[in-house]
Amino acid sequence: MAILIDENSKVVVQGITGREGQFHALRNRDYGTKIVAGTRPGKGGEQVESIPIFNTVQEAIEETGANVALTFVPPAFAKDAVLEAAYADCQLIVCITEGIPAKDEAEMYNLIKNNTKSKLLGPNCPGLISPGKSNVGIMPHEITLPGNVGVVSRSGTLTYQAVHELTQLNIGQSTCIGIGGDPVPGMSFIDILKEFQEDDETNAIVMIGEIGGTAEEEAAEYIKNNISKPVVSYIAGVTAPPGKKMGHAGAIVSGNKGTAKAKMESLEEAGVLVVSNPTKIGKAVKEVM
Amino acid sequence: MDLFEYQGKSLYANYDIAHPNSFLVNKIEDLEQGFNLNYPVVVKAQVQVGGRGKAGGIKLATNNDELITHTNEILGMDIKGHTVEKILIEEASDIKEEYYLSFTLDRSEKKYLMMLSAKGGMDIEAVAEENPDDLTMIHIDPSKELDEAVLIDAITNSKLNQDYQSDLVAIITRLFKLFISGDCDLVEVNPLAITSSGVMALDSKVSLDMNAKYRHENFDQIEKDIPIPPSEKSAKEKGLNFIKLDGSVGIIGNGAGLVMSTLDVVAEYGGSAANFLDIGGGAKAETVSAALEVLETDDSVSSVFINIFGGITRCDLVAQGIVEATKGKDLKWPIVIRLDGTNATEGLKILRDNPNEKIIITETMNEAAELSVKGNR
Repeated sequence: MAILIDENSKVVVQGITGREGQFHALRNRDYGTKIVAGTRPGKGGEQVESIPIFNTVQEAIEETGANVALTFVPPAFAKDAVLEAAYADCQLIVCITEGIPAKDEAEMYNLIKNNTKSKLLGPNCPGLISPGKSNVGIMPHEITLPGNVGVVSRSGTLTYQAVHELTQLNIGQSTCIGIGGDPVPGMSFIDILKEFQEDDETNAIVMIGEIGGTAEEEAAEYIKNNISKPVVSYIAGVTAPPGKKMGHAGAIVSGNKGTAKAKMESLEEAGVLVVSNPTKIGKAVKEVM
Repeated sequence: MDLFEYQGKSLYANYDIAHPNSFLVNKIEDLEQGFNLNYPVVVKAQVQVGGRGKAGGIKLATNNDELITHTNEILGMDIKGHTVEKILIEEASDIKEEYYLSFTLDRSEKKYLMMLSAKGGMDIEAVAEENPDDLTMIHIDPSKELDEAVLIDAITNSKLNQDYQSDLVAIITRLFKLFISGDCDLVEVNPLAITSSGVMALDSKVSLDMNAKYRHENFDQIEKDIPIPPSEKSAKEKGLNFIKLDGSVGIIGNGAGLVMSTLDVVAEYGGSAANFLDIGGGAKAETVSAALEVLETDDSVSSVFINIFGGITRCDLVAQGIVEATKGKDLKWPIVIRLDGTNATEGLKILRDNPNEKIIITETMNEAAELSVKGNR
């Protein structure tokens, strides 16, 4: 099963003619992902390494049956691209673009929620991979292994670290997801936890958070009441000075909430096994499985 | 990016938001130029820290002599570690009532949040805690327009002076426009006051969303006018995300999450980080050399830990950058390196082919943390 994407997902890449878009589209296709189309206004009818390009997502869906959009469109145009995919009824939109203004994120999140059925992952995220089936994003698939642990994280490279720790111990993953660290991410920890809980192939969940915001605290509350599968968690930023902005627009400590300590405590209270160091994730998962 | 009061007020001017007439002073001689203000005036230290009034950073002047005395006193003053480099001189307002207003993003609700209170001019956090009913909180759907009826309700519920309802609606609408069209993360006015010359925003706390820089010509100048430590400045020019910290282990990594985590692991092994330095995704060899150069300017560094997990970033390019920056050099400190992910094998080979006795290659993040803490002593 895996969640959100599997071997049947058909992907349209928005911004396929750009450097990043093209590189990752081809890399994902080499992995076995069904990259069926690309879009670039004004370049409809052309091809990128035999992947057909369309002017709009609507056309791409009609012609190829694409159901997932992967977006590499630059920040200034990302909101319109994501909304275009949503209004064309894409089931899932994965937005990799970094540096989108918060106002654009807030507006597109609410427009999608109020007017469409699409799910949005990101922006500013590494995407997701269901090992052995499909890779929609920029994660290095070499470090993944098919299996039964679901991984969800706000940070890109920390996701890789966690997956690496699991694979080293021969623990495979059902789906690995980076939700992104921006102020208004599409799918939240809770949305992903819900999907993992319902997925037959996922037996345990790794959740990686970081300082700032209250997403981890909200996830802890949700886990307490709704998740029966074992959860292992790591929170980055224990030693980060309060109030400093550390790269991710999201990582701002505010008030009592948002500190690593507060997050760890609420997760522990929800029955989550919290580790102090990302390299301990593998062993901890072994313990709870 | 947090702005100084005077910068926030210059944005008020762009959005036609009423605020006191003022004059900005960088040095005492500026006062000689003459300015068009009526006494009494308020002399306000421009610092990005709360409690400047209590620290003596805000003074009232009723004539030119007092103005010169206060300006001399406050310029260069140290307020909680912040040196006063600029002073805003403003016409004093005859205040009748003081309110609080702010617009920000509520990340949990994924909506904008307006907060309004009749108890302005004081510590709003205390009001929120002790008398939460005195703080009206209203969520605004970012996909919709701000409804005037909602504002009128908020003004009524907050028990603001109804005689000024239409003026309040007007100024709040303009402040919201600044928040939205100006791409602000925060617009906070405390106090929003009723004065003898009408409703005015007497203070400003504005923070800009720098992701929106590309669509605002003025962001660049505003950014230049905010002083940052020299090391952070040189890092910024090189496209690096650098924050100075108090410890002695220099940290270089890719991705904010991994770097934060590296700080934590170093702490677990008894060390403490000298900095946070994120080379970002897709870093090239030059980026890595630049990162090492930045650390060279920092005397508190006594060992360096480079922690890379390649995704978009390629480990071979990182290794090349390390070699370029260190080749034939007598390094000031040991560099402990951990490379994993995309092209790690190639990267490690480059490092082994170009040995330097101060460079230590490790297999894991823990081992690297341990060695960088040890190398430190």
